Amino acid sequence: MGNVPTTVKHCLSYEQLIQDYPWLRRWLQEEKVGVVQPASDDSTITGHEYPEFVKIVEVGPRDGLQNEKEIVPTGVKIQLIDMLSRTGLPVIEATSFVSSKWVPQMADHTDVLRGIQRAPHVRYPVLTPNMQGFQDAVAAGATEVAVFGSASETFNKKNINCSIDESMVRFEEVINTAKEQQIPVRGYVSCALGCPYEGHIEPSKVAEVAKRLFEMGCCEISLGDTIGVGNPGSMFKMLQSVMKEVPTSALAVHCHDTYGQALPNILTALQMGVCVVDSAVAGLGGCPYAQGSSGNVSTEDVLYMLHGMGIETGVNLAEVIEAGDFICNALCRKTNSKVGQARGRTL
Amino acid sequence: MAAVMRLVNRGSAMGQQYLAFSSAAKVRAACVRDGPALPEKVKIVEVGPRDGLQNEKTIVPAETKIHLIDLLSESGLTVIEATSFVSPKWVPQMADQVEVMKGICRKPGVSYPVLAPNLKGFQAAVKAGASEVAIFGAASELFSKKNINCSVDESLQRFDEVMRAAKEAGVPVRGYVSCVLGCPYEGKVAPEKVAHVAKRLYSMGCYEISLGDTIGVGTPGSMTQMLEAVSREVPVSALAVHCHDTYGQALANILVALQMGISVVDSSVAGLGGCPYAQGASGNVATEDVVYMLHGLGIQTGVDLSKLMTAGAFICRSLNRKTNSKVAQATCKL
Repeated sequence: MGNVPTTVKHCLSYEQLIQDYPWLRRWLQEEKVGVVQPASDDSTITGHEYPEFVKIVEVGPRDGLQNEKEIVPTGVKIQLIDMLSRTGLPVIEATSFVSSKWVPQMADHTDVLRGIQRAPHVRYPVLTPNMQGFQDAVAAGATEVAVFGSASETFNKKNINCSIDESMVRFEEVINTAKEQQIPVRGYVSCALGCPYEGHIEPSKVAEVAKRLFEMGCCEISLGDTIGVGNPGSMFKMLQSVMKEVPTSALAVHCHDTYGQALPNILTALQMGVCVVDSAVAGLGGCPYAQGSSGNVSTEDVLYMLHGMGIETGVNLAEVIEAGDFICNALCRKTNSKVGQARGRTL
Repeated sequence: MAAVMRLVNRGSAMGQQYLAFSSAAKVRAACVRDGPALPEKVKIVEVGPRDGLQNEKTIVPAETKIHLIDLLSESGLTVIEATSFVSPKWVPQMADQVEVMKGICRKPGVSYPVLAPNLKGFQAAVKAGASEVAIFGAASELFSKKNINCSVDESLQRFDEVMRAAKEAGVPVRGYVSCVLGCPYEGKVAPEKVAHVAKRLYSMGCYEISLGDTIGVGTPGSMTQMLEAVSREVPVSALAVHCHDTYGQALANILVALQMGISVVDSSVAGLGGCPYAQGASGNVATEDVVYMLHGLGIQTGVDLSKLMTAGAFICRSLNRKTNSKVAQATCKL
């Protein structure tokens, strides 16, 4: 905007900017940037109520890395999780106990789970698609697991080679066994806002699957916009439907940023009372359905928004950026996080 | 997972499905629990050819600029900021301002405003056929000084001349306020300061005030605070938001602005124009991504997303760069 005389070019270097304007480093490091000082209620913006606290579920080490082409060495995965453990993130999805035939990136699941330094007050759920996976996970020390349902029959068939009903039977076994061992289970519903095969997904179908998982015993249901096609309109409709069947406090949103809609979709979810958000450091993980496109929303960008709205997360943004830098350098790739890019430290 | 990976090559076909999918999800929901309804229509002000190209390093030939604007004119956009009548010494990209202005095919019903930083620029613009101009104020004193070498008050006095000449000539004037959510020099900018500058521009005769998050640091929190202050001084119907996506916040900021009654949004095709203050970072929000969101909300824009993406693909090929639009990345092979 406006003219940009050459005199301004000295601002192009981040290091120079920090030197000249120390407030900028504080700005990036502060827990709250642009804190809202609302006239009335503490958590009201534009007549909406927002949660005072949002729990971030960091899925970078699992969902993120799972969709990266480069196989990441076990040591790097462990270091990434250890760095994330120090940022204040309350939940870090560590790995996935699926067959390495399907997901080679997660072949080292046992080594990763055993190798990480578990921080107190941080939970490390792992994916367990079936009983075999669950047993392996528990043997490796897992104290929380997750199962993956879908709102789309076709996606389910193509992804795990069975119908939604058949997958529920599988999950029920896992959930019942987990209950016996007092291991909490999180349920995912993929294709909540659209399916690469079926296209539009009825909100009522999402609600039905969410309800089933919740009633089977999942403590939290994460609703995933798997291909990132959702928008604030479809997010609203879907959540309206799901909230009739599952308490809002048990819901999370897992937005992909493939069409750039993740943050407004998350904002919409917050306006409807959802207070758990999944994200991936550095926006790790492309979208397998749209080559070259982004996938997971990046944790840094989510944090920036939440903190700017005065919403607490307990997470230190600067430290997440550092973890993002680390994994991007290890992957020899640029960060997908806009906050990370603006800082200019990565490749 | 193997089945999943076979889909990688279906990207483009599936993308087309999703363009249709987005507009088919015609949700009329207000998307709020208790807040006000969203506008039924939003006017997009396309700033790619000016604000976008101005911040691109590669100097683009006049014919390319003209072709871009002509493609945009066919996409349903009703306002396309064509060029800038500033001195080429400051902005070499806009040196071909007259040639561009005279070369474009002006579609009926489409307006082609140009920037006019002073009386000289205004006169040159009118001579070249401009029928609408824009002037640029700042909410930050330091930014004004560093950018145009005078204080905010002095810049407004300069614009007075332009306003008088424009009134006489019957030429509408749009006012921009930059740094509304933060300044690269001053840091935080008081909402009251933004309101003060917006009010001055409006009282001087600007028909619309575009509030610019110049360095993209704003969030829904600061956007709300700022709009609350400004809308106390300028009617909401005369306000527009110009969001930069440098920190990925643009669409979320635009959404809260819509929820506060704003119905004019500036954006740039393919997200043209980096941020000069953060090397490698993005700048303007991409028109394609804005339109995708608005259509998904059931809001009319009159824009054909496919034709818009054609224009975006064209300019990216010409600039030999990738698009900054996520929608374009997801649906095209670029």
